[in-house]
Amino acid sequence: MTDHVEDANRRDFLVIAGNAFAAVGAASLIWPFVQQMNPDASAKALATTEIDLAPVKEGQAITVMWRGKPVFIRNRTKDEIEAAAKVDPSELPDPEARNAALPSNDPAVDANRVKAGHENWLVMVGICTHLGCIPKGQTMSDVKGDFGGWFCPCHGSHYDTSGRIRKGPAPRNLDVPPYEFVSATKIKIG
Amino acid sequence: MSGHTSSYEPTSRWGKWWDERLPIARMMHGQFVDFPTPRNLNYMWTFGGILMFCLVAQIVTGIVLAMHYQPSDTAAFNSIEHIRRDVNYGWMIRSMHAVGASMFFVAVYIHMFRGLYYGSYKAPREVLWILGVLILLIMMATAFLGYTLPWGQMSFWGVTVITNLFSALDTIWDGLGTGIVEWLWGGYSVSGVTLNRFFSLHYLLPFVLTGVVILHIWALHVAGQNNPTGLDIKAPSETVPMHPYATSKDIVGLFVFIMLFAWIVFFAPDYLGHADNYIEANPLVTPPHIVPEWYFLPFYAILRAFTGSFLGIPLGSYAKLLGVLAMFASVFILAFTPWLDTSRVRSAKYRPWYKIAFWGFVFTCLALGYLGSKPAEGSYVMWAQIFTVLYFAFFFPILPLLGLYETPKPLPRSISESVLGEGGHAMPAGAAAAPEKR
Repeated sequence: MTDHVEDANRRDFLVIAGNAFAAVGAASLIWPFVQQMNPDASAKALATTEIDLAPVKEGQAITVMWRGKPVFIRNRTKDEIEAAAKVDPSELPDPEARNAALPSNDPAVDANRVKAGHENWLVMVGICTHLGCIPKGQTMSDVKGDFGGWFCPCHGSHYDTSGRIRKGPAPRNLDVPPYEFVSATKIKIG
Repeated sequence: MSGHTSSYEPTSRWGKWWDERLPIARMMHGQFVDFPTPRNLNYMWTFGGILMFCLVAQIVTGIVLAMHYQPSDTAAFNSIEHIRRDVNYGWMIRSMHAVGASMFFVAVYIHMFRGLYYGSYKAPREVLWILGVLILLIMMATAFLGYTLPWGQMSFWGVTVITNLFSALDTIWDGLGTGIVEWLWGGYSVSGVTLNRFFSLHYLLPFVLTGVVILHIWALHVAGQNNPTGLDIKAPSETVPMHPYATSKDIVGLFVFIMLFAWIVFFAPDYLGHADNYIEANPLVTPPHIVPEWYFLPFYAILRAFTGSFLGIPLGSYAKLLGVLAMFASVFILAFTPWLDTSRVRSAKYRPWYKIAFWGFVFTCLALGYLGSKPAEGSYVMWAQIFTVLYFAFFFPILPLLGLYETPKPLPRSISESVLGEGGHAMPAGAAAAPEKR
């Protein structure tokens, strides 16, 4: 113990280091409290679903659940495929394919929305990209919108027979989830 | 006002003992018994007290409901029916809480329009007004979280639509919005996990609200109350003690309010709700027409006004983001009102043009509310877009321009003169400030 004034630089260093240590400690304590709200292990575990497509006739559609979300599967007619193929993607509100199997900037041509050799099968997450409603168009009696695909009744988004947004407030085409054909008539989503 | 000292003098030994240790009785007496209030307050000034009643009623009924409610996706819907049918007086307490939320908004909207009409947001009451906007935001969040809890179709799809608002941020930075939405949901869709956390937050927020209300009242008691003339108080004779004058007037207003409240609770408990909320939540079926509770309809109309094109201007993929931003902006813009209004005269009573603009704004809000309840198609969209423009036009440029170009009517020299006429005495020297002349 000496009676001279303590070195000011040394004191500043200790104050800054002490405060920085406390700030890092506080931030690392906050992290678990933020992270606990993210999807938990049990939600992540429901990753894949297998679906048999054999009973779905041409022109029919089914809705299955995957990760708590509805997935639309439609066995499209020739007319529907032709109508979808004719569209120039550069004229669409969203020109990107939105297919989980393809790079994000691939154009939204109909071939990029389906699997090669299975052009009749359109598989999409059935959640409107506007605010998350379930669009109509899965059953015969449903309103299918101005483009013969799907119509979201909440805020009036029209999707075509390739699930692409054509009219209304939705910003993106319906998402194509990751899936593969495990046999000629069976797919695995996720 | 801030200089007002309590006239409280403890008489008993017990009172003196407390007064030396924690002078809470002295503070309450000074702030709520002999606090000077303007002598010309009208019934529009009773809504502060009515809102205090609403807050307490919601907390008391809410605590009781939480004793019987089960926040789980499998049990929530049935537990509400259990409360309505089995719990002793549950039918009444649940209705009081559900109708109470609507009545809370009725009162808060009248309270806000009162503030706009009489210029209560102007200096020195800017912080008081901003705290009020914060209270409105917390009320909206609490009401939204609470509407989730019955777990009916409207609950489920209302949450889905509103939480999805944040996914608009994907337009700015891909993945940001989706990340926030999944964080709010605790999954990849709205589920029982979401319901559970919403229940926790719905119980928390009213106490946060109470804290901000205390700050709001504190700020009010620093600046003092505004009054229908918008003039500053110039002499003690222009005020009356809060009790019994203001308190008895408050009680008359409160009784009328409670009569309406009770009538709805007992005779039309579901009138303000939506029939679809008596169908249990189903993640595979969206109701044909999703509408929020009536008190959110004007804001919902603004959200939906932004479709592919806005009054002929193409918006493309920015439509959703702009809709969300406009909806939040429609509330936040209120906080800037004290600086957007450039007029030196507070009360619309002396502002002929502002009076017209004010009633136009009231009509705009009602029109947006009506349009919010209609489907987003055809001419409804165009009208929603026109009224959205008018809503924002009131704040800018109408408010700033009116202050510059409007000629206010001559102001009375004091509150006394406005009450007693030209012969009004109690006129202190130097009161004739005539702020209408620049």
